Amino acid sequence: MLAYLVRRLLYALPILIGVNLITFALFFIVNTPDDMARMQLGVKRVTPEAIARWKGERGYDKPLFINESAAGIGVVTDTIFFTKSARMFAGDFGRAEDGRDIAREIVTRMGPSLAIALPTFVLGLLVTVSFALLLTFFRASYLDFWGVVLCVALMSISGLFYIIGGQYLVSKIWRLVPISGYGGGLDAWRFLILPLAIGVISGIGSSTRWYRTIFIEEISRDYVRTARAKGLSEVTVLFRHVLRNAMIPILTGVVVVIPLLFMGSLLTESFFGIPGLGSYTIDAINAQDFAVVRAMVFIGSVLYIVGLILTDLSYTFVDPRIRFN
Amino acid sequence: MTFLPVILWSDVLIWLLVLAAFLLAWLSVHNPLLRAAWQRVGRSRAGMASATVLIVFVAVGLLDSIHYRPRLENWEGHREAQGAAHAGQGEKPAAYAIEVLSLLDRLLTPLRTQIEKTYSEPLATRAYAKEAIELRAADGQIRQTRDYPRLKHGGAHLGADEGERDADVAWRLLRALGVGVLVWLTVATAVAAGLARVAACSQREAWRRIWHNESAFAWNAVLATIGGLLLVLLPVATLAVDYHVFGTDKVGQDVLYQIVKSVRTALVIGLVTTLVMLPLSILLGVLAGYFRGWVDDLIQYLYTTLSSIPGVLLIAAAVLMMQVVIDTHPQWFETAAERADLRLLALCFILGVTSWTGLCRLLRGETLKLRELEYIQAAQAFGVADLRIIVRHILPNLMHIVIIALVMDFSSLVLAEAVLSYVGIGVDPTMISFGTMINNARMELAREPMVWWSLAAAFVFMFTLVLAANLLADAMRDAFDPRLAGSA
Repeated sequence: MLAYLVRRLLYALPILIGVNLITFALFFIVNTPDDMARMQLGVKRVTPEAIARWKGERGYDKPLFINESAAGIGVVTDTIFFTKSARMFAGDFGRAEDGRDIAREIVTRMGPSLAIALPTFVLGLLVTVSFALLLTFFRASYLDFWGVVLCVALMSISGLFYIIGGQYLVSKIWRLVPISGYGGGLDAWRFLILPLAIGVISGIGSSTRWYRTIFIEEISRDYVRTARAKGLSEVTVLFRHVLRNAMIPILTGVVVVIPLLFMGSLLTESFFGIPGLGSYTIDAINAQDFAVVRAMVFIGSVLYIVGLILTDLSYTFVDPRIRFN
Repeated sequence: MTFLPVILWSDVLIWLLVLAAFLLAWLSVHNPLLRAAWQRVGRSRAGMASATVLIVFVAVGLLDSIHYRPRLENWEGHREAQGAAHAGQGEKPAAYAIEVLSLLDRLLTPLRTQIEKTYSEPLATRAYAKEAIELRAADGQIRQTRDYPRLKHGGAHLGADEGERDADVAWRLLRALGVGVLVWLTVATAVAAGLARVAACSQREAWRRIWHNESAFAWNAVLATIGGLLLVLLPVATLAVDYHVFGTDKVGQDVLYQIVKSVRTALVIGLVTTLVMLPLSILLGVLAGYFRGWVDDLIQYLYTTLSSIPGVLLIAAAVLMMQVVIDTHPQWFETAAERADLRLLALCFILGVTSWTGLCRLLRGETLKLRELEYIQAAQAFGVADLRIIVRHILPNLMHIVIIALVMDFSSLVLAEAVLSYVGIGVDPTMISFGTMINNARMELAREPMVWWSLAAAFVFMFTLVLAANLLADAMRDAFDPRLAGSA
């Protein structure tokens, strides 16, 4: 098991290096730091001196890969690639445009992101799996048919409308909870309940349909027929046998997402004014803060790879046939 | 010439796609398996009803994909006056408007040009907010009052009889419904006559078959959808001539016009993206599955790396970079439309690059399975070249996966456009799309009195488009997937 983990982690390394190189190419070679400086400074204030100063302040005035003017190890380390890209492996993301340390900002903003994303994820999973089981139980009936129709309709609505509509109904018309904002402590639920509900509802359509397909496929297997022939009730068959055997395809899609919960949801956080990583990313995109976007790309892919490894590990818990060797 | 044709890159790609669709149709006619699958699609009522709706959307999109720049008449006159002074200077260069129009713009000229001052409600004759108006009283004095000003164009034909609006609207509705019923009856009769001729039965029998859904093609669903569309579109069209059917937005532009223009953007995003995605995923997926070994390792590495970057962030990074390139090279573009068009294409390209990995993985898996089958082993044993095996034996057997993936991706891409435009990494802000409409309108619900029509119209049309695409995708998946087709 440990050997397997180590091997998987080693395998992840080239992927991370690839991600790092792609982002480096996007941010420094497709567009030179000069272009970035022009964007940031605006059209009016562009002078060669201003650009040079902007680059100097951010350390973008070094050569890309090899610094021939430096001595010793500095030939490799005193370059943009090393200071801006390679250092990300050590958790050093540099500074944002407003001068704050990105790594620290990420740590403080992780809490609000998780506070909204984790409950949404758990509750969403419970609701959709139960709904899918219900549809499977009543399969080929009117309830199933209209349930699927409802799912298709729900998944045809843009996520933006769920948020706009929810905010309008619940906060403006019914005045139940504040429209947006975030507070720490016990009062936080007042701010979290609406994004939570909207997050769950907007996910119902596609997930339910997908789980239903898995369950329906599983229910036509031989072992289900055997279980029924033994005289087990349909409920027992569904919960004890079908649900358990359907865990593998469900886990494949679900576990990968867990680490990404740290990143928060871009839309929810920006609409509800939650100071998490999602709104941080959106603000960075709108302010064209390349350093922050670069850092988030890197963290996102690290988390995705962690998710892939977790998925593999989770298989052993639900399927004893799978062994690592 | 009174116009200068403008060929935008996205137009070229759209028409290429139309060509590809004809090619696929030709292939389907000659390939019995594909033909059978399409016939199964044709029997699906939900599928055919949504296809009918989609055809309307596609027609609007295609009309909006022929662009030109109209000749400036006044400028010409000015030139001619000058030209008379310098007689015999030879042919004068014609001047064309900087604004790029499409055939659809031409058809919708009244909608496009009838711009109010600001918000107005659907079918309103007066503006949404009070304004100071100068009134000339009977004694010749000018007095100022605060009132809702009359709209410049909305209901202008009513003149002073504003109270007649409801009667006018009702009369127009009635007339449109009457025409709609007539048109529908004509279409239905034509279909029944055609069916009667093909099936060699009486008209009555043909009607009965359509009604009871006994024909080989889901004509009853198509006819019902056409009826529904006529009942909605004709009244809208008759009212749109003199009213703002869906109101006007902040700058007074007709919301109906924006909705119609959004269709093309959505179609380009949904279709051109797949054009980018397909070659990448088919080529790499088949290569990886067929040759295995180091080719497989390399391609797997490539797609794992790309798919490990969260999609939104990769798109954000790439679009930001693209914007820098566009902003630093203003000399590339003659008109604003060309600039917006390039950004749209860049977005499609980036969406394609981020979304080819899923299909590639599927195709690789399927190719791995196929290459172990006996007929391919036999072909290899006979010494048939690899390229020939791939083209003749593997690709045709992957077609159903590709077709299913195409239709399944379309709706998610349309939805993605709206979200991306909201985040600020979507289409150019000057380009009309569902995303930019929602983005501009999202604060309007907080206004007092509330401005709901922009959002509501965007919601209804986007929902219709995506729902139709989803339903068609389901019907096509059921028909093309051999596993599902066997059980049905």
